[in-house]
Amino acid sequence: MVLSFTVSLSAADTCVECHSVLDGNLQAPAKAFSNDIHSRFGLSCADCHGGDRTASDPEQSMSRAHGFMGRIPRTAIPERCGGCHSNAAFMQKYKPRQRVDQLAQYRTSVHGKRLATGDTAVATCIDCHSVHDIRETKDPLSPVHPLRLPETCARCHADASHMAKYKLATDQFAGYRKSVHWEALAQRGDLSAPSCASCHGNHGAQPPDVASVAAVCGTCHVMMEDLYKGSPHAPVFASMGAAGCVVCHGNHEIKQPSTGMLAGPNAVCRQCHDSDSAGGKAAAEMAQQMARLDKAIQKSDQVLALAQQSGMEVSEALLRQRGAKEALVKAAVAIHAFQPAAVQKPVQEGLAITAETFRAGVSALDERRYRRIGLGVSLTAILITMLGLGLAIRTIESRKHDGKIA
Amino acid sequence: MRKFLAHKTVPVHAGTMWYYFGGITLFLFIIQVLTGTLLLLYYRPSPGEAYESVQFIMTRVQFGWLVRSIHSWSANLMILAAFIHMFSVVFLRAFRRPRELTWLSGIALLGLALGFGFSGYLLPWNTVSYFATKVGTDMAAAVPVMGHPLARFLRGGNDVGGATLTRFFGFHVAVLPGLTTLLLLGHLALVQKHGISSPRWVVEEYQHKRMPIPQMAFFPNFFLRELMAWYAALGVLGSLAALFPWELGVKADPFAPAPAGIRPEWYFLAPFYTLKLIPSHVWVFEGELVGLLGFGLLALWWVALPFWAVDRKGVERTRGVTGAGVLLLAYLITFSALGYWK
Repeated sequence: MVLSFTVSLSAADTCVECHSVLDGNLQAPAKAFSNDIHSRFGLSCADCHGGDRTASDPEQSMSRAHGFMGRIPRTAIPERCGGCHSNAAFMQKYKPRQRVDQLAQYRTSVHGKRLATGDTAVATCIDCHSVHDIRETKDPLSPVHPLRLPETCARCHADASHMAKYKLATDQFAGYRKSVHWEALAQRGDLSAPSCASCHGNHGAQPPDVASVAAVCGTCHVMMEDLYKGSPHAPVFASMGAAGCVVCHGNHEIKQPSTGMLAGPNAVCRQCHDSDSAGGKAAAEMAQQMARLDKAIQKSDQVLALAQQSGMEVSEALLRQRGAKEALVKAAVAIHAFQPAAVQKPVQEGLAITAETFRAGVSALDERRYRRIGLGVSLTAILITMLGLGLAIRTIESRKHDGKIA
Repeated sequence: MRKFLAHKTVPVHAGTMWYYFGGITLFLFIIQVLTGTLLLLYYRPSPGEAYESVQFIMTRVQFGWLVRSIHSWSANLMILAAFIHMFSVVFLRAFRRPRELTWLSGIALLGLALGFGFSGYLLPWNTVSYFATKVGTDMAAAVPVMGHPLARFLRGGNDVGGATLTRFFGFHVAVLPGLTTLLLLGHLALVQKHGISSPRWVVEEYQHKRMPIPQMAFFPNFFLRELMAWYAALGVLGSLAALFPWELGVKADPFAPAPAGIRPEWYFLAPFYTLKLIPSHVWVFEGELVGLLGFGLLALWWVALPFWAVDRKGVERTRGVTGAGVLLLAYLITFSALGYWK
């Protein structure tokens, strides 16, 4: 019994024990800490704040001699976190697969560099990861969970008063919320969809420079990047200092691409190319090809849907139709070569498929008509036979000695 | 034969129309045999080929779509006709002595028809049929003592797979047709032996009038009327097959998760929905086990109807039988509807 008492005493965390019964701000960290990932691994307040977690006397447990620091200065926070998180041997005990270069990356970030100059208004570890209730990134309640990260960044970057001294725009989050990336992330729940950190980096956060925009977008849009690099636009944009993909697609408010980007009143090509110029004509031709395939796909879809609703077996044609839709995607990718000939090839492939699927749909509807005519003829024959049987029964039963036995 | 036909008669009264449903069930069974034989020419009972072979029948074989649709629709109409026939027998009291064996053979035939439905449902090897068979065989596993061996026997292994398909095909085209033919012959022989039953109230009415019950000659009067009913059934069947061809669905993928809203054919919906309503545990027993035991007892009680429908003094429990029939019918209709819509 004495032994068990000693063990429990040595494992005690007097920081939490005392602060749990205090009020207000002194109690809040102790209560929040029960949800903290560090608490789950047996770490204590004293591991960040210093002091002696085993001492029951406040004078001793919060003694400066034991390195206690109640409020850690913001400039010291990255180093304090990095004390463990940059120590590979230490991290191996708890999270062996976790990277240990966060502090090194942070120092290269805009946040880190400004903090080093004494600007304490920039983000440190706790501004993104929270403090005292730090959760794993995969925890949906964590502020850096993929679904919550854009809002976490926006806490500062959408705050005009906070950004005023840095002369930074604050419309990034509003723009991002109108983008296809936000739609994929928030509406379709695709956690792999890009958010702030995907393009800007997380610990080493900084805006991608002009030269690296295509590479950043190209981490996901690999084929577009390849085609763009070989296109006539790449050297021109580079010489103009224009940021590749951003010139046409924008940055934060990236909308679903459409043929309207190539031709029409809102065409992005018109920013540089007159409609009569060679570039303008090429854009119009590519738009026309895409629209032609899109229309052919819709036409086939309609006829196949009608056939399917009528119970006709058109699954093979529907499967084939997927090939046409893939061809449309390939054509959209091929636009990044900015050569009508490159777009023409997948468009022709798609058109060949839609011609085939349209024929299959029409043939199914013809078959439906044929079946209905056949049904009409059969029902008429059945009805005539039934009438004949009815007459036969009547004739038999109208005779003197009919079938009825009284 | 002529002598037999000349003497065979059918009673004529307000409920005579219900006598046609036995014949309609037989007609639909004949359609099943004919269309099933045609489907056999192309169907291949393996997971890699079953779906494709049915797809081939429906898209490439001349009138294959019609044969397959008629086979599927007539299976459903046959079970519906069999249920109507069974309830008409109950409400007309046609199970009374000496027709107990006719009732028992009829119930066994209904059981075989449900077996045809369950085994045939898997054969196109589409997603819905695959997962419905999984659920169905899982239920079999919940039967006390025999459950796991029974489920293993049905599946031909621990899970629904190629062995199950081969097995179900065997049941569907060999075992069940053989048993059904034998039982059907027995059932028809018993009907011929005992003749067509008249309801008690019709018998009493004519006894009171001191008159014999009016009869109709089986041939040609009743036979021609039955033939008209068969033609009507054929018209309904053809219309359903042409206007609502039986869907093939999506090929089964055993590694894919079960799609939402999976449910069995309509004739299994009532027990399926009832089992869904039973909590996972009832006292110390598993809910599914309690449900299956309940269904077992209910089926046993229903099968034994001719034996409890008459008390020890030989007096018919008229109200009890009608009440039981109405309750069972109401339960089947309500729970099937709930199972379909919810």
